[in-house]
Amino acid sequence: MSQSAPAVINPAQSEPPTRRFRGITNPLARFLIVRFLLIFPTVFILVTMVFLLMRSIGDPITAALGDRLTAAQLAERISAAGYDRPLVVQYFEYLGQVFTGNFGTAITDGRPVSELLVTYGSATLELAFYAVLVALIVGIPLGMVAAYYRDKWPDAVLRVAAILAYATPVFFAGLLLKLVFAVWLKVLPVAGRASTRTELQLTSLDNKSGIYLIDAFRLGSPAAIGDVLSHAVLPGLALGLLTAGIFLRLVRTNVIGSLSMDYVDAARSRGVSEYRLVRKHAYKPALIPIITVIGLQIALLLGGAVLTETTFEWKGLGFKLVEYLGARDFVAVQGIVVLLAVIVALTNFIVDIIAAIIDPRVRY
Amino acid sequence: MTTTPSRFVAVWRKLPIVHQVRQSVGLQRGMLVAGLILTGIFLLTALFAPLLAPYGFSQLRDEEGSFGAQVPPGGQHILGTTVGGYDVLSRVIWGSRTALLVIVVAVALSIFAGVLLGLVSGYLGSWIDRVLVVISDAVYAFPTLLLAIVAAIAISGGQSSFWGGVFAAAVSITVVYIPQYFRVIRAETVRIKSEAYVESAKVIGSSTPRIMFRHVFRNATRTLPLIFTLNSSEAILTLAGLGFLGFGIEPSAAAEWGYDLNKSISDVTSGIWWTSLFPGLAIVLVVLGITLVGESLNDLADPRLRTRRRADQSAPALETAPISTLALNDDIDSIDPLEARS
Repeated sequence: MSQSAPAVINPAQSEPPTRRFRGITNPLARFLIVRFLLIFPTVFILVTMVFLLMRSIGDPITAALGDRLTAAQLAERISAAGYDRPLVVQYFEYLGQVFTGNFGTAITDGRPVSELLVTYGSATLELAFYAVLVALIVGIPLGMVAAYYRDKWPDAVLRVAAILAYATPVFFAGLLLKLVFAVWLKVLPVAGRASTRTELQLTSLDNKSGIYLIDAFRLGSPAAIGDVLSHAVLPGLALGLLTAGIFLRLVRTNVIGSLSMDYVDAARSRGVSEYRLVRKHAYKPALIPIITVIGLQIALLLGGAVLTETTFEWKGLGFKLVEYLGARDFVAVQGIVVLLAVIVALTNFIVDIIAAIIDPRVRY
Repeated sequence: MTTTPSRFVAVWRKLPIVHQVRQSVGLQRGMLVAGLILTGIFLLTALFAPLLAPYGFSQLRDEEGSFGAQVPPGGQHILGTTVGGYDVLSRVIWGSRTALLVIVVAVALSIFAGVLLGLVSGYLGSWIDRVLVVISDAVYAFPTLLLAIVAAIAISGGQSSFWGGVFAAAVSITVVYIPQYFRVIRAETVRIKSEAYVESAKVIGSSTPRIMFRHVFRNATRTLPLIFTLNSSEAILTLAGLGFLGFGIEPSAAAEWGYDLNKSISDVTSGIWWTSLFPGLAIVLVVLGITLVGESLNDLADPRLRTRRRADQSAPALETAPISTLALNDDIDSIDPLEARS
């Protein structure tokens, strides 16, 4: 990331120098503190909303077990779990729990939600990683191509392709990919994160990371690595192509924008080739908004991951969430949703910091 | 243009869509027209579903007996039948009606709530503004689909009749999209508040509600048709996502594309392609059509992005994406249709 910092200097020079050297207090430090404190209201608001919405239909025990237990058994379990107390009391108790990292315990299988994060979160993380990789590899070069050929046919084709990537629901893209590559051509596996054999090998590993690719490398078996990677191709593509369309548009707009900058004109007048102008001069400043947007895409990726995981039986947080939804285990659902809210808030925080470090204009 | 056009022609040329089609050139016009055609087909299909569909959406048998499950396309069932024994073509056609209803209800609700909150927040300012902005930013940063799931549970408890399902989906989508309308209207209101005509209205003693609803409202809502189109496409995708996760409307109550796609997951594994392909294509084409219209309107409304008839020298300013929760004082919110979606 720090490599792109020098390129930032150019646009930053338009900023009055006093701003960058103002006072004794470090503006970056001040930005970090303000930005960090802003996490709390965000998480607090989401926790409150989710809590109120989920509780508006009554207590979770009746919802989950209402058709299986007698009224007396239900009442007993409800009072044992404290759901018969006033809502305000429950709310403050819940806030306290979330604050200390306790996201509740699933009713149906009795597993703590924070434990799910360890078991299934790594799968979602791995999927998100593949998707971002696909998005970057596909989106950034194509965006530059579109900017280079602005308003000519390659630009038109790419822009329509980007809209098409947006218009296709990630699960439909997943089903189509599955149909073509897994069922008709039979070159890639249909679903899952690895074949049963590999999965057994991986779970027998000591202190495993849960990220199959890393575990497969540590296992040192080429067959396992190949197996894990072949399972990752289709889900990664489905989720990645959706994001690639967004990156393409973003790179295009920003490269077109920076191509009109004075320093690009200056470079052009020095005889720098058009290709090099796009590739070197206009591209790097255009990267800054992309880093910010990757952060915003985390929310999109998590939503998309829920759908992708269901399509490919990829046993991550989203897959688990849908399972709990089916079982009407709303404590677990609430826990996972709140957990994801915390993850989104934290990633946005981290991305803002990265953006602030490499681009001085972002700071407060 | 030496002769003055007749009054009818002048009015015709100022009509919203007609004006934009006339304004556009080349590729932009192509995209706009293609989008309008797709959207038009969608609207007509939704309106005339009972006439177009060969069977009812929940019909399992006719005079010749039961349809049979997973019948390949051809013959009596042009697009085949689903695993549940429904006619695919009929469900695709009826599905457009559900989609349209949800869009209309969802967008109407979110415009109403979003515009009202945006006006109040932007015009009155003070602590109300701060609080609403923080809340809307928090909701905005959150995965829309997850929030819609939570809202769907709260509204329908997961079960769904036709109207119950439509409203559950629509209200869930509304909760998610209010912040978007709010942000845009608030930003516009803040800008308009300092215009001379608002000051003048204050000077002559107009009441605050009158200024808000007469002067500010009419000027702040110029961009609404644009957000409207962009949000409709997102509403369809959210509806399909909800349906795919099992929050759809029961097949006996209405046809819903996302639900049908969910039921086709296992079909795909056994090589049955028609149950997933057609509902999926329906979603893609409708979203594509509406997005193309929205995109073109967006570009045409923005002089920096509008394709000119002659060589284009002016270039768009460097776009730095607003930083999620810090964008408290953003005066102009750029509307990128692809930026936020579930």
